[in-house]
Amino acid sequence: MKKLNPVVKVKGFATKQSVRLSEKTMAKTAIANNFLTDLSDVFLFLVQIFRETFSRNFEFKEFFRQCFQIGYKSLPLISITGTIMGLVLTIQSRPVLVKFGAVTMLPGMVAISLIREMGPVITALICAGKIGSGMGAELGSMKVTEQIDAMEVSSTNPMRFLVVTRVWAAIIMIPILILYADTFGIIGSWAGANIKGDVSFVLFFSQAFGQVHFMDLIPAVIKSFFFGAVIGCVGCYKGYNAGRGTESVGVAANSAVVLASLLVIIVDMIAVQITDMLL
Amino acid sequence: MNTSQTEILTDASSKNITGKPVIEINNLKKSFDKQEVLKNVSLTLNDGENLVVLGKSGSGKSVLIKCIVGLLTSDGGTIKVFENNVGELSRKELGELRHKIGFLFQSGALYDSMTVKQNLEFPLRRIKRNLTEKEIEEKVNEVLENVGLADALNKMPSQLSGGMRKRISLARTIVVDPMIMLYDEPTTGLDPVTSDEISSLINDVQKKYKTSSLIITHDIKCARSTANRIIMLNEGEIYMEGKLADFENSTDPFIESFLK
Repeated sequence: MKKLNPVVKVKGFATKQSVRLSEKTMAKTAIANNFLTDLSDVFLFLVQIFRETFSRNFEFKEFFRQCFQIGYKSLPLISITGTIMGLVLTIQSRPVLVKFGAVTMLPGMVAISLIREMGPVITALICAGKIGSGMGAELGSMKVTEQIDAMEVSSTNPMRFLVVTRVWAAIIMIPILILYADTFGIIGSWAGANIKGDVSFVLFFSQAFGQVHFMDLIPAVIKSFFFGAVIGCVGCYKGYNAGRGTESVGVAANSAVVLASLLVIIVDMIAVQITDMLL
Repeated sequence: MNTSQTEILTDASSKNITGKPVIEINNLKKSFDKQEVLKNVSLTLNDGENLVVLGKSGSGKSVLIKCIVGLLTSDGGTIKVFENNVGELSRKELGELRHKIGFLFQSGALYDSMTVKQNLEFPLRRIKRNLTEKEIEEKVNEVLENVGLADALNKMPSQLSGGMRKRISLARTIVVDPMIMLYDEPTTGLDPVTSDEISSLINDVQKKYKTSSLIITHDIKCARSTANRIIMLNEGEIYMEGKLADFENSTDPFIESFLK
């Protein structure tokens, strides 16, 4: 029998392959480490925001201005995406339901899908792109051009004026935008149902809301507030902590979208698990 | 804030030039990571004077001025403004002290989303809370006339030239009647004519508002026209201090190369 050579282990010795592997592992660890650091910093930022919220002199005027910016100025985009969302969902689902002779279930099925999952998540992801990047870029450029420092020396707390107002505006307006998107989604679904059929608007709506229960809406609305908090907080955090160069404005906007989108998906997953356990 | 600090702040609100120190810096140190930017810097700004801090880029001038106003925290030494130790003040006390300090930023730092009028009203409404709408309007118009831009009231910062932005920024700083003016590179990036205009505006502000000014610059022309006293900063340390004549008579090669 052939005797196997013993494996010789020499301290400090590494093959090219093991070096490559350790570099890959280090790179993966660095990504995970950065993500966790970002996550903890965003959490601490959120705590600071809540502390500033309940101190005196809440900037109501700026808060309403931000509500207008976040809410009203997003309406065209949300209307279009909401309508298309409902339309596509209906067109894709109809053939399967026809095959099983359950086409009358279409309005209810689409309404439940939109209200419970599709509406909140897709709208939140669109808002992460539009609102999160906007906040990141705006606050980032204010940091680079010393506007935040100018505010600080004008005896104005920039955290209270710029961040608290934006985060609360996002917390309030994003659930409203999600409900608005749901409504347009159902209108889009009705339009989709009428491409190959003939359903009246009233009948479609009564069939849709006949299947939707109050408990379908409540968890979706609750998680929408968390989506708003995540988008506002991440956008402001990335912008407020941007570096000093102009390049950092782009980095802030980009990383705000990436982190906010990722956190929206994670928050959704947690919300679904909790809802599933409770209901 | 303790009683003595409150008394000093109240006394300081009078506009009589006393010639007493308004800013006293002792052995100030500041580092970023391992790079020492300021090494034991000590200086005094007296009431009513224009003190110019000269130095090449990266000598720590802007860091010095940001430490004074509390935007950066020093690593060692003391900064006293109206005898209040900036490092020991609470956030609220620092805010009250900043009411008496005007800071002209290098970039102007005008709020992009606001008109010129809103930019000027912003600090005024927050610092001088007892003013009526009419008084605010009068004050805004007055400072705009003082900087020669009365017609820019409803313009956005993006519609202004570099020189106009500096003037509006100066107007925003003086609108709250500060006692100390800190200028961070007031003439950087401006053409020679506009630089001269800004320099003469700095002198006008000193005369009209009786301010004490600390002017950070590397523009020798600006230093010549505004300085009562000059401090030369090099690699985070004070290289030379004196009147303009002392600098002009100096045979030191570094000073000579700077004054060319």
